[in-house]
Amino acid sequence: MTITHHPDIANLMCCAAGSQPEAFAAVIASHLSLCKSCCCEVRRMQQIGVALFDKLEPAKMAGPAPVVAMRAGEAETAPQKDETTPAHHPCCGMTAGGVPGPLVPLVGESLDTVDWHWLAPGVWVHTVPLSKGCCGELRLIKVAPGKKIPEHTHEGQELTLILRGSYTDALGTYRQGDVADLDEAAVHSPVACSKMGCICLMANEGKLEFTGTLARILQPLLNR
Amino acid sequence: MADLLQRVAANGDVEAFRALFQDYAPRVKSYMMRQGADPRTAEELAQETLLTVWRKAALYSDEKGSATTWIFTIARNLRIDRLRKEVAWQPLPEDNDEQPSPDPAPDEVMSEKERGDRVRKILAELPPDQSEVVSLAYVEGLSHAEIASRLSLPLGTVKSRMRLAYHKIRDALEDLR
Ligand SMILES: [Zn+2]
Repeated sequence: MTITHHPDIANLMCCAAGSQPEAFAAVIASHLSLCKSCCCEVRRMQQIGVALFDKLEPAKMAGPAPVVAMRAGEAETAPQKDETTPAHHPCCGMTAGGVPGPLVPLVGESLDTVDWHWLAPGVWVHTVPLSKGCCGELRLIKVAPGKKIPEHTHEGQELTLILRGSYTDALGTYRQGDVADLDEAAVHSPVACSKMGCICLMANEGKLEFTGTLARILQPLLNR
Repeated sequence: MADLLQRVAANGDVEAFRALFQDYAPRVKSYMMRQGADPRTAEELAQETLLTVWRKAALYSDEKGSATTWIFTIARNLRIDRLRKEVAWQPLPEDNDEQPSPDPAPDEVMSEKERGDRVRKILAELPPDQSEVVSLAYVEGLSHAEIASRLSLPLGTVKSRMRLAYHKIRDALEDLR
């Protein structure tokens, strides 16, 4: 996989800081699982957090070291190898079914078994549930070969990771592993690759707004 | 500090752990409070972070980065897990160089301490408008959109300040050839 389009530096920093809205965090995490160079970048960015942490004014602890809990856990846990390390580790690649590691708990092992909803001729969506109260939207979009993702604008940022196939819009061609990182001003209508079509993971900060007539009729379908 | 951590790792040395606790727990608590936890929750999270340090100490080695990096990463991951309860967040590897590249970039051959010193120096020299956005993202845990609304700035300005700050840090790390 040759990745040519990476997320914006500021978005990677937000990931290192752990301050990203959930939908974006999912896209970035998925990209990191496929992109070593962004992984290295995020590791560097982590040093900023460490430096700032180092300088924090200490807050007085009310209690002493948790020696009782330490002792209690000693028999089976302390200090030794543990199993609490997250199962999905950055840079772990994707499943045979085309799902990046971090996304497996959310959508399952394969893009072929996702529960797709018809949106428009040649376009299907699957909304990925996020935590309660979290703003933004995350969805998988599947586009048949040569079909268009309906023209749309968005409030806020849009981050799209290509999982299978490719698409082309005015900004270029995006292939597997690539991220299109668009700000709110962008209006675009990408066309899926004529052979393989395209499946992508798309995160939006605000609501998507489709601009064509047909799309406006279809808008209600998107939010189900 | 790495010594203390190694004593904990090698012998389950409780005294070494108490010293680590005294040094780190108050900063972890402070970090949690800046991230929006109330003092009680922050205290609990600091306790839990250090308890995790105790339990995972055997996984630490000084080749994996400084004790501070390791402990901070545990705190950061725990913070997202507990304070944000989000399903799709990204735990960062605690292990700082799990994939040593065959042809290391100049900043990878630099010692962790050297790198840390450089980063601190650049952060201290950042213009206030850049250091403000960096601190809001890293210390207060705000997203770009939240920073933009807090400072009444366009989103694009927030992002470009973040980028400028990082480019300085990157340059400083790369010039140590
Ligand atoms: Zn990348």
